[in-house]
Amino acid sequence: MSTPLIEIQGMTKVYGMDEATVHALAGVDITVDKGEFIAIMGHSGSGKSTLMNILGCLDRPTSGTYIFDGRDVSRLNRNELAEVRNQKLGFIFQSFNLLPRLSALANVMLPMLYNMEEDISDEETEKRAIASLQAVGLGDRLHHHPNQLSGGQQQRVAIARALVNNPPLILADEPTGNLDSRSSVEIMEILHHLHRNGATIVMVTHEPDIAEHAGRVVCVKDGMILSDGRSGNNPCLNKRSL
Amino acid sequence: MKFRKIFRTAWEGLMLNKVRSFLTILGVIIGVASVIVMLSVSAGTEAAIAEQINALGANLIIVSPMRGIPGAGRTMMIADAYAIEEQVIGIDGISAEQGPAPQPVKGNGVTLDAIAVIGTTADFPNVRDYAVASGAYFTADEDERKAKVVVLGAGIAKDLFGDVSPLGQTIMVGSVKLTVIGVMETKGMVSDIDYDGRVYLPINVVFQKFMSEMPIGGDRVRTIYVKASSQESIPSIITQITALLSERHDVSPSQPDFTVQTQQDIIATQEATTAAFRDLLAWVAGVSLFVGGIGIMNIMLVSVTERTREIGLRQALGARASDVLLQFLLEAIILSLVGGLVGVGVGVGGSYLFGMFGGMQTAIVPGSIPLAFGAAAVVGIFFGYYPATQAAKLDPIEALRRE
Repeated sequence: MSTPLIEIQGMTKVYGMDEATVHALAGVDITVDKGEFIAIMGHSGSGKSTLMNILGCLDRPTSGTYIFDGRDVSRLNRNELAEVRNQKLGFIFQSFNLLPRLSALANVMLPMLYNMEEDISDEETEKRAIASLQAVGLGDRLHHHPNQLSGGQQQRVAIARALVNNPPLILADEPTGNLDSRSSVEIMEILHHLHRNGATIVMVTHEPDIAEHAGRVVCVKDGMILSDGRSGNNPCLNKRSL
Repeated sequence: MKFRKIFRTAWEGLMLNKVRSFLTILGVIIGVASVIVMLSVSAGTEAAIAEQINALGANLIIVSPMRGIPGAGRTMMIADAYAIEEQVIGIDGISAEQGPAPQPVKGNGVTLDAIAVIGTTADFPNVRDYAVASGAYFTADEDERKAKVVVLGAGIAKDLFGDVSPLGQTIMVGSVKLTVIGVMETKGMVSDIDYDGRVYLPINVVFQKFMSEMPIGGDRVRTIYVKASSQESIPSIITQITALLSERHDVSPSQPDFTVQTQQDIIATQEATTAAFRDLLAWVAGVSLFVGGIGIMNIMLVSVTERTREIGLRQALGARASDVLLQFLLEAIILSLVGGLVGVGVGVGGSYLFGMFGGMQTAIVPGSIPLAFGAAAVVGIFFGYYPATQAAKLDPIEALRRE
């Protein structure tokens, strides 16, 4: 067996002080293997966003360990976390988060600007960004600005940006939340395609039919994992159907 | 490498908002340009004053009665001038001067009212670097025997005789009939004196014909100009003159009834006045540069707020706090440096235009260009740093959530 990509044990996250404390995460254990496609579900306030922020190295847990790609990242400082985000994570956001004044190509080039590992030449930066956009089927939209693209196309640009540094983990936060159903299908197909080619994907969603796409659904409630496994009798999915 | 990439990011960020960037740097442009223009105007004024004072004659020492002492105006006599000429070592000549109230001048059927009449000794053209254009100046001998001769300023000659040569003609100065023996070269206005609009007479003729009826009468002189043979001999000459005149006037050298000044003294006095003026201008210009800096800070703060989401995104993609800091600091520095550069251009151009059309003499002070440009750079760093730290401090989660 290969070592898991993510190994989280006894993770808590507490906000506030004294009596006003909020336990956003109250002891979470989770392991994600390389090549998995998992969905994290839960209501707002369940702690899934906090979990996502910590998985994405945007935040640090109050206690517990987070081994990511063989390294404990739970105690890294801001700069080290920035480097992990740059090298090992690809973010896909609900609202795309493209810079509106930059072309699709320039948006996809952004992560390479902050790459400390290798000093990528301008030509190479552009070459990789073009390849990444071609991979999501936007080879003919390189110089379009976000407002000239449909929602689905904008999210594809964001996916291209997430892939461009070739990260071991892709984090998708409600990737279809701002999209119509046709574009949603399109985006999910791309994620499936990436998964088939070996990518590890963690996706937050509250839409059961989107969560169905993942091979594994983790249901979070009150800062704890309520269930973890195949969709079948998942409380998060079932609750919807009630 | 990385700095270059972030520099390019900062540059592109500014170019995406050209109008705002231009308006932001306008304050710096005006500040830098005004520093350069102000300094060039005051340097030009100083140069003009120095030029005028030097036009009095090279290596000139000016001896005059002390103002404000009762009776001092009565003590300096033509004999003092002769004593200086004979006894002081290191001089090239002296010219004593005295003049009555302005007189009417008549000649060739033309009458000119209120013309300045100046009595001088024979060495006047040499001492005052003021040559005779045609004819000759009177000699010491002519002065001594009170020859009825006159030398005309260039303007007077033209006014009376037009293009005809006035040499040998007779004119009336007041009630005195004089023969024209020379015309001075054109000199123009120097320190508010129109040299071309005066007539020059032997000083002894002035004493006899114009000053004898005055209450104090006689052969008093208002100024003795002493020409030093070299720059180096000036201090020694001042000491000698002070000692000589103190003895002749029977006063203590520490409390003389006369003053001995050099052109340098006069220039220094004038410069003290213009320096105060220049400092004031420099302050005004400096304040406008400061205000320009505040303008940059204001826009940078607005920009950080507007681009909070962008900052959050960049952080999520791996930008470190220092990368964000650098980007926004560079934006501010680029703004102020471009503003400084344009300001230097506007300032230099403006100085030339002022000199050509503003009726002012201007001289661009070479040091003012790096000074103003450097000040602009400092303003950029100083006023850009705070907004940049605000950007770098942002928490990526908060920033991404912001609308």
